[in-house]
Amino acid sequence: MTAIHEPGHLLVVDDNRVNRLLLIHGLEQEGHDVAYAENGRQALDMLASRPFDLMLLDIEMPVMNGFQVLEALLADPNFRDLPVIMTSASDELDRVVKCIEMGAEDYLTKPLNPVLLRARVNASLEKKRLRDQQRKLLHTFAMPEVADELMKNGLTLGGKHVDASVMFADIRSFTAIAETQDPADTIGLLNDYFALMFDAVTAHGGIPNQMAGDGLMAVFGAPVAHEDHCERAVRAALEMMENLAAFNAQQASLRKVQIRIGIGVASGVMIAGYTGTQHRAQYTCIGDTVNLGARLEQHTKVAGCPILIDANTRSGLPEDIAIEPLGPVLFKGKQQSVDVFSVRVPGG
Amino acid sequence: MELDMTVYDELKETTGSDFVDELVETYLDDAPKLLGELKSSMEAQDVEAFRRAAHSLKSSSATFGARGLSEMARELEMLAKENNLSEAATKLPALERALHSVETELKGLRQ
Repeated sequence: MTAIHEPGHLLVVDDNRVNRLLLIHGLEQEGHDVAYAENGRQALDMLASRPFDLMLLDIEMPVMNGFQVLEALLADPNFRDLPVIMTSASDELDRVVKCIEMGAEDYLTKPLNPVLLRARVNASLEKKRLRDQQRKLLHTFAMPEVADELMKNGLTLGGKHVDASVMFADIRSFTAIAETQDPADTIGLLNDYFALMFDAVTAHGGIPNQMAGDGLMAVFGAPVAHEDHCERAVRAALEMMENLAAFNAQQASLRKVQIRIGIGVASGVMIAGYTGTQHRAQYTCIGDTVNLGARLEQHTKVAGCPILIDANTRSGLPEDIAIEPLGPVLFKGKQQSVDVFSVRVPGG
Repeated sequence: MELDMTVYDELKETTGSDFVDELVETYLDDAPKLLGELKSSMEAQDVEAFRRAAHSLKSSSATFGARGLSEMARELEMLAKENNLSEAATKLPALERALHSVETELKGLRQ
């Protein structure tokens, strides 16, 4: 297999001028664009000023040494994924091991062997390109938070318990709307609708994780934990109603069909994880809390209120969100009745 | 002979003689400064600065095949790590002599 070696933007960090010159020369001969820093602090400043594909980092340096640079990189989400090759003296392998454990990708010992230098640099750049490609693909098909978690922790289909809020939203009488419309108009309407709902959900840190027909499911507080997930979910629901009102006004002016929706939010412990196969998976949540969220959404038709929430969600809301208790409701398939609350929609 | 000519020739072969001349210039410029740092940090009993200067001299000397000098610098680095500057002081004159020989040899090799 012959790999195609595209030039990369490299940053050489070494306080020793002889070592630095040798490294820069070797890398420039390979066609790379090389910049250098004389210590760790300078290196971090340069990273902040422009993007690099790879860093070659000395351990022993004044001002800020290699360990401190690695630590700073790992703590910064912007630089966490920057590959780092340690360049060290051959008698400090124990320190190199520590760097690899901390997250450095590879190492080279000085004096540098030009063949090894070429091989390790090209391998690191190649790996980075693959990772970047993978990231781009993931971000096309998954929500950014899910993609980030997948990139960070890899795809594990196993689930875990999370404390979160789940939201279900549905268009009222959508089948009837669809029957009266041209199919292309129906799909166009759905796309406009989903775009508006997605905006509201993601603006509050939620993840729209399932779409089925005209239904939408979103989760708040997982996979990235948010302590205020109840408030986020309800504020997203209110923003969805606001977006929908604007959308309906526009539809009315165009003499097009207007839509009404129902939203249910339930909060508590649920099982979250990726379901599917290694080739196709989605982030989802299951459990009683999730079922309750779906039931609350269905109950909006009966109650005549657009946003219904459970007691757990209510207890996580600040006072400025107006709530009206609707009393206990016994849902189908449940042993005990559940207290239901309606969230008042301003102007609604 | 302080320099291992196999190392030096290999360096020349892989990087080109013009570049090696530039590298030698840099070394001849920096090595005396590192020796100066070793002496001043010894005087000030600054173990950290002494260790770092020894580390740097060890590393760049090895690049040209100055094995003996590099090994002496390594010893000084180790002694500094052990906080033993008094023993390091006894070894400094030998390192200085080795460095001067290396400098002379490198100057002779320049084109």
